[in-house]
Amino acid sequence: MINLRPSGYLLGGVRRLGSVTIFLVQLLSRSLSALARPRLLVMQIYNTGARSLIIIMLSGLFVGMVLGLQGYDLLRRFGSEEALGTAAALGLLRELAPVITALLFAGRAGTALASEIGLMRATDQLTAMEIMAVDPLSYVAAPRFLGGVLAMPLLTAIFSMIGLFGAQLVGVQLMGVDRGVFWSQTQSSVDLHDVNEGLVKSIVFGIACSLIAVHEGYHAEPTAEGVGLATTRTVVASSVIILLLDYVLTAAFL
Amino acid sequence: MVVAVRDVHYAVGGRPIFAGLDLDVRRGRITAIMGPSGTGKTTLLKLITAQVRPQRGRVQVFDRDLATLHEREVYALRRRTGMLFQNGALLTDIDVFENVAFPVREHSDLPEPLVRLLVLTKLQAVGLRGAANLMPAELSGGMARRVALARAIVMDPEILLYDEPFVGLDPISLGVILRLIKQMNAALGITSVVVSHDVHELATIADDSYLISGGRVAAAGTPAQLRASDSAAVRQFMTGSADGPVPFHYPAPDYATQLLEAERR
Repeated sequence: MINLRPSGYLLGGVRRLGSVTIFLVQLLSRSLSALARPRLLVMQIYNTGARSLIIIMLSGLFVGMVLGLQGYDLLRRFGSEEALGTAAALGLLRELAPVITALLFAGRAGTALASEIGLMRATDQLTAMEIMAVDPLSYVAAPRFLGGVLAMPLLTAIFSMIGLFGAQLVGVQLMGVDRGVFWSQTQSSVDLHDVNEGLVKSIVFGIACSLIAVHEGYHAEPTAEGVGLATTRTVVASSVIILLLDYVLTAAFL
Repeated sequence: MVVAVRDVHYAVGGRPIFAGLDLDVRRGRITAIMGPSGTGKTTLLKLITAQVRPQRGRVQVFDRDLATLHEREVYALRRRTGMLFQNGALLTDIDVFENVAFPVREHSDLPEPLVRLLVLTKLQAVGLRGAANLMPAELSGGMARRVALARAIVMDPEILLYDEPFVGLDPISLGVILRLIKQMNAALGITSVVVSHDVHELATIADDSYLISGGRVAAAGTPAQLRASDSAAVRQFMTGSADGPVPFHYPAPDYATQLLEAERR
Protein backbone atom coordinates (compact mmCIF):
# COMPACT_ATOMS: atom_id res chain seq x y z
CA MET A 1 0.00 0.00 0.00
CA ILE A 2 1.35 3.41 -0.91
CA ASN A 3 1.31 5.90 1.91
CA LEU A 4 2.44 9.37 0.97
CA ARG A 5 1.91 11.08 4.33
CA PRO A 6 5.17 11.99 6.13
CA SER A 7 3.97 10.18 9.25
CA GLY A 8 3.43 7.10 7.10
CA TYR A 9 7.03 7.27 5.83
CA LEU A 10 8.32 7.73 9.36
CA LEU A 11 6.25 4.90 10.76
CA GLY A 12 7.23 2.66 7.84
CA GLY A 13 10.89 3.48 8.41
CA VAL A 14 10.75 2.76 12.13
CA ARG A 15 8.87 -0.48 11.49
CA ARG A 16 11.49 -1.55 8.96
CA LEU A 17 14.32 -0.73 11.31
CA GLY A 18 12.64 -2.80 14.00
CA SER A 19 12.09 -5.68 11.61
CA VAL A 20 15.75 -5.63 10.49
CA THR A 21 16.97 -5.51 14.10
CA ILE A 22 14.81 -8.47 15.13
CA PHE A 23 16.01 -10.32 12.04
CA LEU A 24 19.65 -9.63 12.98
CA VAL A 25 19.07 -11.07 16.46
CA GLN A 26 17.40 -14.13 14.91
CA LEU A 27 20.32 -14.60 12.53
CA LEU A 28 22.92 -14.22 15.28
CA SER A 29 21.09 -16.73 17.47
CA ARG A 30 21.28 -19.20 14.58
CA SER A 31 24.88 -18.47 13.68
CA LEU A 32 26.23 -21.33 15.78
CA SER A 33 24.06 -23.87 14.00
CA ALA A 34 25.12 -22.30 10.70
CA LEU A 35 28.77 -22.68 11.69
CA ALA A 36 28.01 -26.33 12.38
CA ARG A 37 27.26 -26.68 8.65
CA PRO A 38 30.68 -25.71 7.24
CA ARG A 39 29.79 -27.05 3.78
CA LEU A 40 26.91 -24.57 3.44
CA LEU A 41 29.04 -21.73 4.75
CA VAL A 42 31.91 -22.46 2.34
CA MET A 43 29.38 -22.62 -0.48
CA GLN A 44 28.07 -19.17 0.43
CA ILE A 45 31.53 -17.64 0.77
CA TYR A 46 32.18 -19.02 -2.71
CA ASN A 47 28.89 -17.61 -4.03
CA THR A 48 29.22 -14.14 -2.55
CA GLY A 49 33.00 -13.86 -2.36
CA ALA A 50 34.71 -15.85 -5.08
CA ARG A 51 32.08 -15.01 -7.66
CA SER A 52 32.54 -11.29 -6.98
CA LEU A 53 36.32 -11.53 -7.41
CA ILE A 54 36.56 -10.53 -11.08
CA ILE A 55 34.47 -7.38 -10.69
CA ILE A 56 36.31 -6.44 -7.46
CA MET A 57 39.74 -6.99 -9.02
CA LEU A 58 38.94 -5.10 -12.20
CA SER A 59 37.42 -2.19 -10.29
CA GLY A 60 40.35 -2.18 -7.87
CA LEU A 61 42.82 -1.99 -10.73
CA PHE A 62 41.07 0.92 -12.42
CA VAL A 63 40.41 2.83 -9.21
CA GLY A 64 44.09 2.43 -8.33
CA MET A 65 45.17 3.61 -11.78
CA VAL A 66 42.94 6.68 -11.61
CA LEU A 67 44.27 7.37 -8.12
CA GLY A 68 47.78 7.12 -9.57
CA LEU A 69 47.02 9.65 -12.31
CA GLN A 70 45.09 12.15 -10.19
CA GLY A 71 47.44 11.78 -7.24
CA TYR A 72 50.50 12.27 -9.41
CA ASP A 73 49.01 15.36 -11.05
CA LEU A 74 48.04 16.89 -7.70
CA LEU A 75 51.28 16.06 -5.88
CA ARG A 76 53.44 17.31 -8.77
CA ARG A 77 51.99 20.79 -8.27
CA PHE A 78 53.52 20.76 -4.79
CA GLY A 79 56.66 19.02 -5.98
CA SER A 80 56.06 15.98 -3.84
CA GLU A 81 55.44 13.20 -6.36
CA GLU A 82 57.28 10.76 -4.13
CA ALA A 83 54.33 10.90 -1.70
CA LEU A 84 52.17 9.18 -4.31
CA GLY A 85 52.55 5.77 -2.64
CA THR A 86 51.41 7.16 0.69
CA ALA A 87 48.43 8.97 -0.81
CA ALA A 88 47.29 5.94 -2.79
CA ALA A 89 47.80 3.48 0.05
CA LEU A 90 46.02 5.61 2.66
CA GLY A 91 43.18 6.51 0.30
CA LEU A 92 42.65 2.91 -0.66
CA LEU A 93 43.06 1.28 2.73
CA ARG A 94 41.01 3.73 4.74
CA GLU A 95 38.34 4.83 2.32
CA LEU A 96 38.12 3.70 -1.27
CA ALA A 97 38.60 -0.04 -0.85
CA PRO A 98 35.98 -0.61 1.86
CA VAL A 99 33.40 1.73 0.33
CA ILE A 100 33.71 0.74 -3.33
CA THR A 101 33.97 -2.96 -2.46
CA ALA A 102 30.81 -2.67 -0.37
CA LEU A 103 28.95 -0.80 -3.14
CA LEU A 104 30.01 -3.40 -5.71
CA PHE A 105 29.17 -6.18 -3.28
CA ALA A 106 25.67 -4.77 -2.81
CA GLY A 107 25.20 -4.64 -6.58
CA ARG A 108 26.67 -8.03 -7.37
CA ALA A 109 26.27 -10.34 -4.36
CA GLY A 110 23.52 -8.49 -2.46
CA THR A 111 21.09 -8.55 -5.35
CA ALA A 112 21.89 -12.21 -6.03
CA LEU A 113 21.21 -13.07 -2.38
CA ALA A 114 17.95 -11.11 -2.23
CA SER A 115 16.55 -12.50 -5.46
CA GLU A 116 17.64 -16.06 -4.66
CA ILE A 117 16.00 -16.08 -1.24
CA GLY A 118 12.98 -14.17 -2.59
CA LEU A 119 12.50 -16.80 -5.29
CA MET A 120 12.86 -19.57 -2.71
CA ARG A 121 10.05 -17.85 -0.82
CA ALA A 122 7.93 -17.46 -3.98
CA THR A 123 8.35 -21.13 -4.96
CA ASP A 124 7.44 -22.41 -1.47
CA GLN A 125 10.93 -23.77 -0.82
CA LEU A 126 11.16 -21.96 2.52
CA THR A 127 7.69 -23.14 3.55
CA ALA A 128 8.58 -26.69 2.50
CA MET A 129 11.60 -26.54 4.83
CA GLU A 130 9.42 -25.37 7.70
CA ILE A 131 7.04 -28.26 7.06
CA MET A 132 10.02 -30.65 7.04
CA ALA A 133 10.84 -29.22 10.48
CA VAL A 134 14.00 -27.56 9.14
CA ASP A 135 14.40 -23.94 10.21
CA PRO A 136 14.98 -21.90 7.02
CA LEU A 137 16.64 -19.19 9.09
CA SER A 138 19.36 -21.66 10.10
CA TYR A 139 19.60 -23.41 6.77
CA VAL A 140 19.14 -20.60 4.25
CA ALA A 141 19.44 -17.18 5.89
CA ALA A 142 22.20 -17.56 8.49
CA PRO A 143 24.82 -19.22 6.21
CA ARG A 144 24.23 -16.59 3.52
CA PHE A 145 24.52 -13.79 6.06
CA LEU A 146 27.72 -15.19 7.58
CA GLY A 147 29.14 -15.94 4.13
CA GLY A 148 28.69 -12.30 3.16
CA VAL A 149 30.13 -11.02 6.44
CA LEU A 150 33.25 -13.17 6.01
CA ALA A 151 33.65 -12.45 2.30
CA MET A 152 33.58 -8.64 2.55
CA PRO A 153 36.89 -8.08 4.44
CA LEU A 154 38.63 -10.55 2.13
CA LEU A 155 37.31 -8.78 -0.97
CA THR A 156 38.28 -5.41 0.53
CA ALA A 157 41.84 -6.61 1.16
CA ILE A 158 42.11 -7.85 -2.42
CA PHE A 159 40.70 -4.54 -3.69
CA SER A 160 43.34 -2.59 -1.71
CA MET A 161 46.14 -4.78 -2.95
CA ILE A 162 45.18 -4.61 -6.61
CA GLY A 163 44.41 -0.88 -6.27
CA LEU A 164 47.87 -0.19 -4.92
CA PHE A 165 49.33 -2.20 -7.75
CA GLY A 166 47.30 -0.09 -10.20
CA ALA A 167 48.55 3.17 -8.64
CA GLN A 168 52.09 1.87 -8.81
CA LEU A 169 51.58 0.87 -12.42
CA VAL A 170 50.62 4.40 -13.42
CA GLY A 171 52.84 6.32 -10.99
CA VAL A 172 56.05 4.33 -11.38
CA GLN A 173 55.83 2.73 -14.82
CA LEU A 174 54.06 5.54 -16.66
CA MET A 175 54.82 8.77 -14.80
CA GLY A 176 58.29 7.85 -13.69
CA VAL A 177 58.07 8.12 -9.90
CA ASP A 178 60.98 6.23 -8.38
CA ARG A 179 59.96 2.67 -7.49
CA GLY A 180 62.03 2.52 -4.33
CA VAL A 181 60.70 5.83 -3.07
CA PHE A 182 57.10 4.83 -3.89
CA TRP A 183 57.26 1.64 -1.84
CA SER A 184 59.41 2.92 1.02
CA GLN A 185 57.13 5.96 1.51
CA THR A 186 54.15 3.63 1.48
CA GLN A 187 55.76 1.31 3.99
CA SER A 188 56.82 4.02 6.40
CA SER A 189 53.59 6.03 6.40
CA VAL A 190 50.97 3.32 6.62
CA ASP A 191 50.53 1.98 10.13
CA LEU A 192 48.27 -0.55 11.77
CA HIS A 193 45.70 2.10 12.64
CA ASP A 194 45.04 2.71 8.92
CA VAL A 195 44.71 -0.99 8.20
CA ASN A 196 42.37 -1.37 11.15
CA GLU A 197 40.15 1.46 9.92
CA GLY A 198 39.66 -0.32 6.61
CA LEU A 199 39.17 -3.66 8.33
CA VAL A 200 36.55 -2.37 10.76
CA LYS A 201 34.74 -0.57 7.95
CA SER A 202 34.70 -3.67 5.76
CA ILE A 203 33.34 -5.81 8.59
CA VAL A 204 30.61 -3.29 9.42
CA PHE A 205 29.72 -2.90 5.72
CA GLY A 206 29.71 -6.68 5.36
CA ILE A 207 27.23 -7.03 8.21
CA ALA A 208 25.04 -4.20 6.85
CA CYS A 209 25.01 -5.34 3.21
CA SER A 210 24.44 -9.03 3.97
CA LEU A 211 21.79 -8.25 6.56
CA ILE A 212 19.86 -5.98 4.19
CA ALA A 213 20.09 -8.44 1.28
CA VAL A 214 19.04 -11.49 3.32
CA HIS A 215 16.30 -9.56 5.12
CA GLU A 216 14.83 -8.15 1.90
CA GLY A 217 14.88 -11.56 0.19
CA TYR A 218 13.47 -13.38 3.18
CA HIS A 219 10.59 -10.95 3.55
CA ALA A 220 9.89 -10.46 -0.16
CA GLU A 221 6.32 -10.73 -1.37
CA PRO A 222 6.07 -14.16 -3.02
CA THR A 223 5.45 -12.71 -6.50
CA ALA A 224 7.63 -11.72 -9.47
CA GLU A 225 7.05 -8.07 -8.60
CA GLY A 226 7.88 -8.70 -4.95
CA VAL A 227 11.21 -10.33 -5.76
CA GLY A 228 12.08 -7.47 -8.14
CA LEU A 229 11.23 -4.93 -5.47
CA ALA A 230 13.34 -6.76 -2.88
CA THR A 231 16.32 -6.67 -5.25
CA THR A 232 15.95 -2.95 -5.92
CA ARG A 233 15.52 -2.17 -2.24
CA THR A 234 18.67 -4.13 -1.45
CA VAL A 235 20.82 -1.97 -3.73
CA VAL A 236 19.24 1.33 -2.73
CA ALA A 237 19.21 0.69 1.03
CA SER A 238 22.71 -0.83 1.03
CA SER A 239 24.22 2.06 -0.92
CA VAL A 240 22.75 4.72 1.34
CA ILE A 241 23.61 2.84 4.53
CA ILE A 242 27.20 2.21 3.38
CA LEU A 243 27.82 5.91 2.75
CA LEU A 244 26.13 6.92 6.00
CA LEU A 245 28.07 4.36 8.05
CA ASP A 246 31.25 5.40 6.26
CA TYR A 247 30.88 8.94 7.51
CA VAL A 248 30.19 7.77 11.07
CA LEU A 249 33.12 5.36 11.09
CA THR A 250 35.53 7.85 9.52
CA ALA A 251 34.58 10.39 12.16
CA ALA A 252 35.09 7.78 14.86
CA PHE A 253 38.58 6.86 13.63
CA LEU A 254 39.89 10.43 13.30
CA MET B 1 -8.80 -39.06 14.94
CA VAL B 2 -5.58 -37.72 13.46
CA VAL B 3 -6.82 -34.20 12.76
CA ALA B 4 -9.79 -32.53 14.39
CA VAL B 5 -10.84 -29.03 13.35
CA ARG B 6 -13.42 -27.47 15.65
CA ASP B 7 -15.36 -24.24 15.02
CA VAL B 8 -12.40 -22.57 13.32
CA HIS B 9 -12.70 -18.92 12.38
CA TYR B 10 -9.98 -17.39 10.28
CA ALA B 11 -9.86 -14.13 8.35
CA VAL B 12 -7.17 -12.48 6.26
CA GLY B 13 -7.20 -8.69 6.10
CA GLY B 14 -10.81 -8.56 7.28
CA ARG B 15 -11.95 -11.09 4.65
CA PRO B 16 -13.29 -14.19 6.38
CA ILE B 17 -11.90 -17.47 5.02
CA PHE B 18 -13.42 -19.80 7.59
CA ALA B 19 -16.43 -19.10 9.75
CA GLY B 20 -17.10 -22.08 11.97
CA LEU B 21 -15.26 -24.86 10.15
CA ASP B 22 -15.60 -28.38 11.61
CA LEU B 23 -14.00 -31.46 10.16
CA ASP B 24 -12.23 -34.69 11.11
CA VAL B 25 -9.52 -36.72 9.47
CA ARG B 26 -9.64 -40.36 10.49
CA ARG B 27 -6.57 -42.55 10.88
CA GLY B 28 -5.51 -44.63 7.88
CA ARG B 29 -8.03 -43.09 5.50
CA ILE B 30 -7.89 -40.80 2.50
CA THR B 31 -9.83 -37.65 3.22
CA ALA B 32 -10.67 -35.35 0.34
CA ILE B 33 -11.15 -31.64 0.94
CA MET B 34 -12.97 -30.12 -2.02
CA GLY B 35 -14.27 -26.69 -2.81
CA PRO B 36 -14.20 -23.97 -5.43
CA SER B 37 -10.98 -21.96 -5.87
CA GLY B 38 -10.46 -19.40 -3.15
CA THR B 39 -12.40 -21.24 -0.44
CA GLY B 40 -9.31 -21.60 1.71
CA LYS B 41 -8.40 -25.22 1.00
CA THR B 42 -4.69 -24.40 1.11
CA THR B 43 -5.27 -22.27 4.22
CA LEU B 44 -6.71 -25.36 5.88
CA LEU B 45 -3.42 -27.17 5.27
CA LYS B 46 -1.59 -24.18 6.76
CA LEU B 47 -3.77 -24.46 9.84
CA ILE B 48 -3.08 -28.19 10.17
CA THR B 49 0.68 -27.62 9.86
CA ALA B 50 0.55 -24.69 12.31
CA GLN B 51 1.86 -22.20 9.76
CA VAL B 52 -1.07 -19.99 10.70
CA ARG B 53 -3.24 -20.00 13.80
CA PRO B 54 -7.03 -19.70 13.85
CA GLN B 55 -8.47 -16.53 15.36
CA ARG B 56 -11.12 -18.64 17.06
CA GLY B 57 -11.67 -22.35 17.44
CA ARG B 58 -9.28 -25.27 17.77
CA VAL B 59 -7.10 -27.39 15.50
CA GLN B 60 -5.96 -30.68 17.00
CA VAL B 61 -3.33 -32.88 15.39
CA PHE B 62 -2.48 -36.23 17.00
CA ASP B 63 -4.75 -35.16 19.87
CA ARG B 64 -2.64 -32.07 20.61
CA ASP B 65 -4.13 -28.61 20.43
CA LEU B 66 -1.80 -26.68 18.12
CA ALA B 67 -2.48 -23.38 19.90
CA THR B 68 -0.88 -24.69 23.10
CA LEU B 69 2.34 -25.90 21.47
CA HIS B 70 5.73 -24.17 21.57
CA GLU B 71 7.79 -23.83 18.40
CA ARG B 72 9.90 -26.84 19.35
CA GLU B 73 6.80 -28.99 19.82
CA VAL B 74 5.37 -27.78 16.52
CA TYR B 75 8.60 -28.85 14.81
CA ALA B 76 8.40 -32.25 16.55
CA LEU B 77 4.84 -32.64 15.26
CA ARG B 78 5.88 -31.64 11.76
CA ARG B 79 8.40 -34.47 11.68
CA ARG B 80 5.43 -36.84 11.77
CA THR B 81 3.84 -34.95 8.88
CA GLY B 82 4.64 -34.95 5.18
CA MET B 83 3.35 -32.43 2.70
CA LEU B 84 3.26 -32.39 -1.07
CA PHE B 85 3.23 -28.86 -2.44
CA GLN B 86 1.39 -27.88 -5.58
CA ASN B 87 4.60 -27.06 -7.46
CA GLY B 88 6.74 -29.64 -5.65
CA ALA B 89 8.76 -26.95 -3.85
CA LEU B 90 11.98 -28.86 -4.48
CA LEU B 91 15.19 -27.11 -3.43
CA THR B 92 16.51 -25.87 -6.75
CA ASP B 93 20.21 -25.78 -5.90
CA ILE B 94 20.57 -29.52 -5.19
CA ASP B 95 19.80 -32.59 -7.32
CA VAL B 96 16.90 -35.02 -6.99
CA PHE B 97 18.83 -37.43 -4.77
CA GLU B 98 19.90 -34.70 -2.36
CA ASN B 99 16.37 -33.28 -2.29
CA VAL B 100 14.98 -36.61 -1.10
CA ALA B 101 17.93 -37.06 1.28
CA PHE B 102 17.48 -33.55 2.69
CA PRO B 103 15.11 -34.35 5.61
CA VAL B 104 17.11 -37.47 6.48
CA ARG B 105 20.40 -35.59 6.65
CA GLU B 106 18.82 -32.78 8.65
CA HIS B 107 17.13 -34.98 11.22
CA SER B 108 19.40 -37.98 11.62
CA ASP B 109 23.04 -39.01 11.70
CA LEU B 110 22.55 -42.09 9.54
CA PRO B 111 25.70 -43.34 7.80
CA GLU B 112 25.92 -42.49 4.10
CA PRO B 113 25.23 -46.05 2.79
CA LEU B 114 22.00 -46.15 4.79
CA VAL B 115 20.91 -42.70 3.54
CA ARG B 116 21.59 -43.90 0.02
CA LEU B 117 19.54 -47.05 0.56
CA LEU B 118 16.65 -45.09 2.03
CA VAL B 119 16.60 -42.48 -0.74
CA LEU B 120 16.88 -45.06 -3.53
CA THR B 121 13.97 -47.11 -2.16
CA LYS B 122 11.75 -44.02 -1.96
CA LEU B 123 12.75 -42.94 -5.46
CA GLN B 124 12.05 -46.47 -6.69
CA ALA B 125 8.58 -46.25 -5.10
CA VAL B 126 7.76 -43.18 -7.20
CA GLY B 127 9.48 -44.65 -10.27
CA LEU B 128 12.27 -42.08 -10.48
CA ARG B 129 15.35 -43.95 -9.27
CA GLY B 130 16.83 -43.29 -12.70
CA ALA B 131 16.41 -39.54 -12.28
CA ALA B 132 18.42 -39.36 -9.05
CA ASN B 133 21.15 -37.22 -10.57
CA LEU B 134 18.92 -34.75 -12.40
CA MET B 135 18.50 -31.19 -11.17
CA PRO B 136 14.93 -30.01 -10.34
CA ALA B 137 14.99 -27.67 -13.35
CA GLU B 138 15.37 -30.70 -15.64
CA LEU B 139 12.17 -32.37 -14.39
CA SER B 140 8.69 -32.12 -15.86
CA GLY B 141 5.86 -30.93 -13.58
CA GLY B 142 4.66 -34.47 -12.93
CA MET B 143 8.17 -35.74 -12.21
CA ALA B 144 8.86 -32.86 -9.81
CA ARG B 145 5.72 -33.72 -7.91
CA ARG B 146 6.76 -37.38 -7.70
CA VAL B 147 10.21 -36.42 -6.38
CA ALA B 148 8.49 -34.17 -3.84
CA LEU B 149 6.31 -37.13 -2.87
CA ALA B 150 9.41 -39.28 -2.36
CA ARG B 151 10.84 -36.51 -0.18
CA ALA B 152 7.57 -36.24 1.76
CA ILE B 153 7.59 -39.96 2.63
CA VAL B 154 11.31 -40.42 3.26
CA MET B 155 10.90 -39.85 7.01
CA ASP B 156 7.92 -42.26 7.12
CA PRO B 157 5.29 -39.70 8.17
CA GLU B 158 2.03 -40.74 9.79
CA ILE B 159 0.03 -38.19 7.87
CA LEU B 160 0.53 -36.89 4.34
CA LEU B 161 -1.01 -33.65 3.12
CA TYR B 162 -1.45 -33.13 -0.62
CA ASP B 163 -2.00 -29.57 -1.86
CA GLU B 164 -3.73 -29.68 -5.26
CA PRO B 165 -1.77 -32.73 -6.44
CA PHE B 166 -3.57 -32.99 -9.81
CA VAL B 167 -3.25 -29.44 -11.11
CA GLY B 168 -1.62 -29.11 -14.53
CA LEU B 169 -0.80 -32.79 -15.02
CA ASP B 170 -1.17 -34.71 -18.26
CA PRO B 171 -3.45 -37.79 -18.04
CA ILE B 172 -0.57 -40.23 -17.61
CA SER B 173 1.13 -38.24 -14.82
CA LEU B 174 -2.26 -37.77 -13.22
CA GLY B 175 -2.88 -41.51 -13.26
CA VAL B 176 0.56 -42.07 -11.73
CA ILE B 177 -0.06 -39.59 -8.90
CA LEU B 178 -3.49 -41.08 -8.20
CA ARG B 179 -2.00 -44.55 -8.01
CA LEU B 180 0.79 -43.34 -5.75
CA ILE B 181 -1.58 -41.63 -3.32
CA LYS B 182 -3.62 -44.81 -3.09
CA GLN B 183 -0.47 -46.91 -2.72
CA MET B 184 1.07 -44.75 0.01
CA ASN B 185 -2.17 -45.00 1.91
CA ALA B 186 -2.68 -48.73 1.47
CA ALA B 187 0.90 -50.02 1.68
CA LEU B 188 2.31 -47.67 4.31
CA GLY B 189 -0.92 -47.00 6.20
CA ILE B 190 -0.37 -43.25 5.91
CA THR B 191 -3.37 -41.07 6.73
CA SER B 192 -3.87 -38.81 3.73
CA VAL B 193 -5.53 -35.44 3.29
CA VAL B 194 -5.99 -34.45 -0.33
CA VAL B 195 -6.97 -30.88 -1.06
CA SER B 196 -8.25 -30.44 -4.60
CA HIS B 197 -11.11 -29.36 -6.79
CA ASP B 198 -10.84 -32.29 -9.17
CA VAL B 199 -14.04 -34.03 -8.20
CA HIS B 200 -13.71 -37.05 -10.49
CA GLU B 201 -10.13 -37.87 -9.55
CA LEU B 202 -10.91 -37.57 -5.86
CA ALA B 203 -14.00 -39.75 -6.13
CA THR B 204 -11.83 -42.67 -7.23
CA ILE B 205 -9.53 -42.59 -4.20
CA ALA B 206 -11.24 -40.81 -1.30
CA ASP B 207 -12.75 -42.63 1.67
CA ASP B 208 -14.23 -39.47 3.17
CA SER B 209 -14.95 -36.15 1.47
CA TYR B 210 -15.69 -32.67 2.64
CA LEU B 211 -17.00 -29.91 0.44
CA ILE B 212 -16.07 -26.50 1.79
CA SER B 213 -18.05 -23.46 0.72
CA GLY B 214 -18.65 -20.09 2.33
CA GLY B 215 -16.16 -20.70 5.11
CA ARG B 216 -17.71 -23.89 6.45
CA VAL B 217 -18.38 -27.50 5.49
CA ALA B 218 -21.23 -27.51 2.97
CA ALA B 219 -21.40 -31.29 2.72
CA ALA B 220 -19.58 -34.32 4.09
CA GLY B 221 -19.63 -38.05 3.42
CA THR B 222 -18.35 -40.51 0.88
CA PRO B 223 -17.96 -39.21 -2.69
CA ALA B 224 -21.09 -41.17 -3.66
CA GLN B 225 -23.10 -39.52 -0.88
CA LEU B 226 -21.91 -36.11 -2.02
CA ARG B 227 -22.98 -36.82 -5.59
CA ALA B 228 -26.43 -37.90 -4.39
CA SER B 229 -26.86 -34.72 -2.31
CA ASP B 230 -29.98 -32.69 -3.00
CA SER B 231 -28.34 -29.39 -2.02
CA ALA B 232 -28.12 -27.12 -5.05
CA ALA B 233 -24.67 -25.83 -4.02
CA VAL B 234 -23.23 -29.35 -3.68
CA ARG B 235 -24.81 -30.47 -6.95
CA GLN B 236 -23.43 -27.47 -8.82
CA PHE B 237 -19.92 -28.22 -7.64
CA MET B 238 -20.08 -31.96 -8.21
CA THR B 239 -21.48 -31.60 -11.73
CA GLY B 240 -19.46 -28.53 -12.60
CA SER B 241 -22.38 -26.34 -13.75
CA ALA B 242 -21.32 -22.85 -14.74
CA ASP B 243 -24.22 -21.15 -13.01
CA GLY B 244 -26.03 -21.92 -9.79
CA PRO B 245 -25.69 -20.87 -6.16
CA VAL B 246 -22.14 -19.88 -7.13
CA PRO B 247 -23.06 -17.40 -9.89
CA PHE B 248 -21.28 -17.32 -13.23
CA HIS B 249 -21.13 -13.52 -13.10
CA TYR B 250 -19.02 -11.64 -10.64
CA PRO B 251 -21.29 -9.02 -8.98
CA ALA B 252 -21.65 -6.11 -11.43
CA PRO B 253 -24.00 -3.20 -12.19
CA ASP B 254 -26.88 -3.81 -14.60
CA TYR B 255 -25.56 -4.96 -17.98
CA ALA B 256 -27.89 -2.89 -20.24
CA THR B 257 -27.38 0.29 -18.21
CA GLN B 258 -23.62 -0.06 -18.32
CA LEU B 259 -23.58 -0.67 -22.08
CA LEU B 260 -25.82 2.35 -22.72
CA GLU B 261 -23.59 4.47 -20.51
CA ALA B 262 -20.54 3.38 -22.46
CA GLU B 263 -22.23 4.36 -25.70
CA ARG B 264 -23.22 7.81 -24.41
CA ARG B 265 -19.60 8.68 -23.53
